[in-house]
Amino acid sequence: MNFFTKAFWLKLSSPKTFYPFAGKMIPVFMAITVVLTLVGLYYGFVLAPPDYQQGDSYRIMFIHVPAAWMSMWIYIVMCLFAIIGMVWRTRLSDMMAGALAPTGAMFAFLALWTGALWGKPTWGAYWVWDARLTSELILLFLFFGFIALRAAIDDPQRAARASALLASVGVINVPIIYFSVKWWNTLHQGSSVGLTQKATMEDSMLTAMMVMTFAFWAYTFMVAFMRVRNEILEREKNSAWVTESVTQRVSEKVEGK
Amino acid sequence: MKQRHKRLIFIVGGLAGLGLAATFVFNALNSNMQFFFSPTEVVANKAPQNTSFRLGGLVKEGSLDREDDGLTVHFLVTDNAETIPVTYKGILPDLFREGQGIVTQGRFNEAGDFVATEVLAKHDEEYMPPEVADALEKAKQANKAAEGAI
Repeated sequence: MNFFTKAFWLKLSSPKTFYPFAGKMIPVFMAITVVLTLVGLYYGFVLAPPDYQQGDSYRIMFIHVPAAWMSMWIYIVMCLFAIIGMVWRTRLSDMMAGALAPTGAMFAFLALWTGALWGKPTWGAYWVWDARLTSELILLFLFFGFIALRAAIDDPQRAARASALLASVGVINVPIIYFSVKWWNTLHQGSSVGLTQKATMEDSMLTAMMVMTFAFWAYTFMVAFMRVRNEILEREKNSAWVTESVTQRVSEKVEGK
Repeated sequence: MKQRHKRLIFIVGGLAGLGLAATFVFNALNSNMQFFFSPTEVVANKAPQNTSFRLGGLVKEGSLDREDDGLTVHFLVTDNAETIPVTYKGILPDLFREGQGIVTQGRFNEAGDFVATEVLAKHDEEYMPPEVADALEKAKQANKAAEGAI
């Protein structure tokens, strides 16, 4: 496999080549997820010091912040895949968009839920309708809408087009979430970490947060590849290579007995 | 022009239009997107009149005054430009202290006091171990002392 040629990437965009490739990558990402999660949690819950004001309750951010970042990032990637699928009519990009949505929804929910648990002791309220919290809730609903719309339309091509439209309309919400704490007065604090600013937290806290982010990233690859493999089998079930590979596997099982 | 180029232009154009529309809508809604009003905005009459709204700012150092019932508190909320007196009866969040950012919901009474029904603590984006916070505080005190000496 040569990762640096155009031919490799073109070939990879065909479901037939991608199916075994994804199968090989799943254990790799699984291993990365496990290792990084263990390292990240050890840093976050053992090595990082308590906060001067919040004590230990701030540690929820090692889940909360990576989950919130991933929910926004997954939405952008999902939207890009959906648009590529709509413009170039490539089947695999649409399947990738579909495979990412449930994980995005899970991270959005995780961010809201951990945020609520932190908000009660820190702010004095589980939930307030400020711009940051409300726009993140809308992101969760956009993921739900995307999933529901695809499930409601039987023809995969029409489902792909309709959901791509929904995804691209909703993408406007992502910069709103990100900049909400800058544009308006919100109860949610501003960003501690950014591309153009020095992080306003201690180094070991930052390390824990970044390691957890990469762990969530690897996790997303892993589950998205699992889902997309199922989707490929489902949609290509009438093609020769699927029949061949399934018969081969069945006969292997029979012989094994 | 190929069909897929048309589709691409259609999508890019659609997204640009949508972005523009969203910008206008949010500009128009700007004041409604605010979670709270600062004391300066309240003094400039930007906050809603005769109805409940949220006031946000810092609890002024040395302004916290507890009544004998142990529940009613008086304090000043400031943004370092304007200051508004607040009265609240109830349990304060753990992070409530002088110098801390808070957001409080309530309305003005006849005397010009802001009577709060809810007080929320606003956390800032700084996270640090207690020792660092102590060191910073000491440095601040030392600076003050040095200024006083001059």
